[in-house]
Amino acid sequence: MLQLQYFLLLGAALFCIGIYGLISSRNAVRVLMSVELMLNAVNLNLMGFSNFLDPQNIKGQVFTVFVITVAAAEAAVGLAIILAIYRNRETIDMEQFNLLRW
Amino acid sequence: MNLAEGVQIVSFGILATMVIVAALGVVLLSNIVYSAFLLGGVFISIAGLYILLNADFVAAAQVLIYVGAVNVLILFAIMLVNKRQEFAPMARRWIRNLATGLVCVGLFVLLGAMVLSQRWAIATGVTPVVNSVQEIAKHFFSDFLLPFELASVLLLMAMIGAIILARRDILPDLRESQEAALTLPERPRELAALGGDESIN
Repeated sequence: MLQLQYFLLLGAALFCIGIYGLISSRNAVRVLMSVELMLNAVNLNLMGFSNFLDPQNIKGQVFTVFVITVAAAEAAVGLAIILAIYRNRETIDMEQFNLLRW
Repeated sequence: MNLAEGVQIVSFGILATMVIVAALGVVLLSNIVYSAFLLGGVFISIAGLYILLNADFVAAAQVLIYVGAVNVLILFAIMLVNKRQEFAPMARRWIRNLATGLVCVGLFVLLGAMVLSQRWAIATGVTPVVNSVQEIAKHFFSDFLLPFELASVLLLMAMIGAIILARRDILPDLRESQEAALTLPERPRELAALGGDESIN
């Protein structure tokens, strides 16, 4: 029988992979992909809780639909920002986006 | 979902392996086009996990929105900023990567210990809902009505904002120039005033 812990461990592993990609990658598009990975890990947690702890009124699935909506909006705006930065700076290296650094 | 338990375990193992391997490929591969396609693989595998969790509607929404919209958007962004550049090597970069890896492994160990030691209040003996679409719709139009409407407003704002951020300023009087036959005539780009990293640091 499937246990809740399997899904939670899988979500934790996916979240950690997403954090590693978010910090260590230098391509700006890959940073956005890592953010999507982290959002999917959280969605997996919510769905597991919804199925195992609250199977009657499935509020975890409702939350997951909202998270998917916000993730789609975030991807659109984030990629537009990356395009604007690329037109200004001619690069997508995260190490050279340092106008506001200090 | 009335699959046998062995079938559930085996499909969970296959899907979990696909998720982990594809996610590692997204993060670690050097070619970003491969990363984008592997990201689609991650999304589809997670949709399969949702089906294992008795959530057919959310699995369909995952495939439609993530694979159909977000992944295609990322591929278009890769095509638009497709610049084969070698990133300048940085001193002591491996220390940063090593520290990040250690932090991530430590976070995973912490989360795993918490998950395995916690006694979850599993609902036993309760059958899951048969038609999850109706249940989600009831939630959307009764107690989650305000967030539902706010989500639509958020999508509209994100759409307009993305268009405004990503559009170019077309100059109509330069339309007949010969030397730029294959490119859109564009207002001269105002490069950032502070320039590169060598000017201030």
